[in-house]
This record gives sequence, C-alpha cells and structure tokens, in this order.
Amino acid sequence: MLARMIIISVVSMGGIGAVLALFLVFADKKFKVDEDPRIEAIAGILPGSNCGGCGYPGCRALAEILAKGEAPPNVCVAGGNAVALKLAEVMGVEALDHKRNVAVVLCKGGHAEAERRAIYKGEMTCTASNITGGDKSCAYGCLGYGECVDACKYDAMAMDSNGLPVVFYDKCIGCGACAKACPRSIIEMHTESHKLFVYCRSRDKGAYAKKVCSVACIACGLCVKDCSVSDGIALKNNLAVIDYAVAPQNDESTKRCPTKCILFGIEEQVTRKGFYGSVKKTA
Amino acid sequence: MKLILIFISASLINNFVLTYFLGICPFVGVSNKTENALNMGLATTFVMTLTAAVTWPIYTYILVRYNVPFLEYVAFIIAIAALVQLVEMYIRKSSPALYRALGIYLPLITTNCAVLGLALFMVLRDYNYIESIVFGFATGVGFTLAILMMSGIREELEFADIPKPFQGISITLVIAGMMALAFMGFAGLIRG
Repeated sequence: MLARMIIISVVSMGGIGAVLALFLVFADKKFKVDEDPRIEAIAGILPGSNCGGCGYPGCRALAEILAKGEAPPNVCVAGGNAVALKLAEVMGVEALDHKRNVAVVLCKGGHAEAERRAIYKGEMTCTASNITGGDKSCAYGCLGYGECVDACKYDAMAMDSNGLPVVFYDKCIGCGACAKACPRSIIEMHTESHKLFVYCRSRDKGAYAKKVCSVACIACGLCVKDCSVSDGIALKNNLAVIDYAVAPQNDESTKRCPTKCILFGIEEQVTRKGFYGSVKKTA
Repeated sequence: MKLILIFISASLINNFVLTYFLGICPFVGVSNKTENALNMGLATTFVMTLTAAVTWPIYTYILVRYNVPFLEYVAFIIAIAALVQLVEMYIRKSSPALYRALGIYLPLITTNCAVLGLALFMVLRDYNYIESIVFGFATGVGFTLAILMMSGIREELEFADIPKPFQGISITLVIAGMMALAFMGFAGLIRG
C-alpha cells in the first residue's frame, strides 16, 4: 500500500512536471524574442549604474541604442575612455576620444558668506525649500540641502562645513545628475579645459547682491576690462558671463575682482581624499 | 447567484491582502507608484485566474483520483512557477515596455503567497471549476484594488509630515492595518 502511494506520488509529480516543462519548451520557442546578441555584450561592458548621463533611460536602453549603431561608442560619460575603447571593439568601429565633463558648483555663498533672511523649517530638500524662496536673502544662491549630493551615484560630491556642495574633481565622471537635480541651476557641466569660472549666479543689482552675500558678483566690470580678449567676458543681467569659446583660460581677469567671485583653477584642487582628510582635521 | 457571492466575497469581504494578510511583499514593495501598482495588480490577477484554471483540474483529476491530495503544495507550486514563466515570456514578447516596468516583481509573483493561498482555499472550499476561476479572478481584483489604494495613499504620504520613527515601511504597515479595519465594514454585505 505504502509502496503504491510512493509510486503514484513520484509518477504523478514527475508527470505534471514533465508536461509543464514540455509546455514551457514549446512556449519558449513560440515566444522567442530575437535579440541582437551584441546587446548583452554591450550591456556587460557598460557600468550598469543607470546614471542617465548619456541621455538614455538607463544602461540597458543605451545598450539597445548602441547595438543599432545610433550612438557613438564614447557616449557613456560614466565609463570614460576604458569603456569607449571596449565598446568600439565590440561594435567594430573606431573609438573617438572621450572628453570628460566635470560638474562645477557656481555659488560660494555658504553659511559664512551669505546672509539669511529667515529660518526654514520645512522639508529638508532643495526643491521644497526653493518653493518658499529659500532661507538665504539671495534668491539665486545655493539652498544647501544637498539634493545634488543625493543625486550623485559616484560618491563624487559632499556638503562641506560651510553648507555648500563640493565636487571631487578626481571622482566626478560628468554624468550631470547633480546639475539636473539642482532646482536653481547653480551646477553646470564643463569640460576639463575650462578653468575660469564666475562663482555666482546672482542677477540682483550690485548694491543688493553685495549686501546679502560677501562673495556675490556685483557686476563692476573689472574682469571684463582685464580680460585680454574683447568679449571674452561680458556683463549680462548684472552678472559677469564668460564666453568659453574665446576667453583665455588664465588668471588675468581674476586679480582685481573686489568680491573674489571670479576664480581660476580651483576646481582641480578638490579631491575626495583631500576633502575627507581636511574634514577630519577640523572635526 | 453563487458566482456573484464568490466574487464579492473574495474581492471585498475576504480580501486576501487586507483580511488574510497574504501577498504583503508586493503590496508594500510595488505600491510606491500608482502606475506600477496597477500593472503589478493586473499581472497578478492574470496569474491568479490562470492558476485557478490550471490547479483545479490537477487537484481533481490527478491528486484526488489517485488519493494523494497531500501533494497539493508541491503540485500547486510547480504549476504556479510554470505559469509565471509563461506570463513572463508572453509579456516580454508582446510588451517589452511593461516587461521592463514590472522588472523583478514579475518573476516574484511565483513566490507570492496570495497565489498559493488562492489555490489552497479553492480546494478547501470545494469550489467547482467555474467557481474556482471566478474565485481566482476575484482574488486578483481584490489584490489590485488593495495595492492601488495603497499606492494612492503612499503618493500623498510623500508630502506628509511623518515623524521619523514612522517613516517608510512602518507607516505603510500602520496604514495597511487601518485599511484592513475599513474593509471589515464590508463584512455586513453578505449574511453568514
């Protein structure tokens, strides 16, 4: 009796399993999705962090676009040269030189420099704070709640003790996620050859800008005069704007700035190691 | 008439999620966006209906007939796993966008206890074939309803001022409890 039950159990379970397996084999043939085998290969090369820096929704979507040949192999900003070379190999095309972009935070008005007009007690995100106009008197400055840092998937940003985000020059891969996250568009993406920046976005009139922030651009025009190329720097809406197509990348125009908001070559000085080293010392 | 009773009973009064607390994993996991919640609900409803349709004959014509009903767990799990595989293949072929949106939760329907619970309840209550299919479908509808309501509430919660210890999963479970209490109000709908 027991033996009979065991046999029935084994046969019936095996039978059900076999029938369903056959059914699945058949279904697999029928519903087979023909995929370009290169998609898998390309997806394996891509970093897989889905940062969106390439402009496509995730690495998988980019792999499909790449397999169709609709994007150049250096499209992945996160992977850099190494990935571009491997992708070019898989796709059988020549790799183009990969130019790295770096995020630049164009505001230096932290706790010490910028005046506060109110105490903000709402949700601690930049987007929410921006709806109320922020707690700083300057309506253009960094809100300081670190949405850009949260957006960074590469540990390339942090908030410093002055309440401003810093970008680690050695870690930033230029995906642009932080620039998209900033509700005030303070973060811009620049190629490594750009070294001269106006660290202010305030379009307020000089007198007011100076009153609420000690490092604001007051549109005095000294940098415009000192720039050796005409139209290299221009004043637009009470703000000095650098034309990177013509402006020479040196420190000639920074020397007479009264608020020191135009600076040259400070971006590459911030590294991850250096930043956390310095935090330890002060703490 | 009995079919209508089964439908209302399984989808509202004895809602699997809110009365038996089955299928809590996707209920909490996929309920942060209404769109995903709806898709998950629809996929689960489809799998549940098919499960009822497939497991009933297996139980009646194989397990009961050869007097081995104790194998129901194994047999049902095999059948459910195969069905989910089939649904996955079909969705992948017919709608790659939906396939990507559901992501990992599609294969996870396999281990959704609500699906297995449905098959076991169906056997326990001696439903016939048509009743089983209606029961499976109604359970899926109930699941969709619960997960959809939860996702709607959670979208509103994003902007609510929740005390820190309650944030995330804790407030979700508290709300699930309150929804369960509210669903008890349906109990008066059918006598007995």
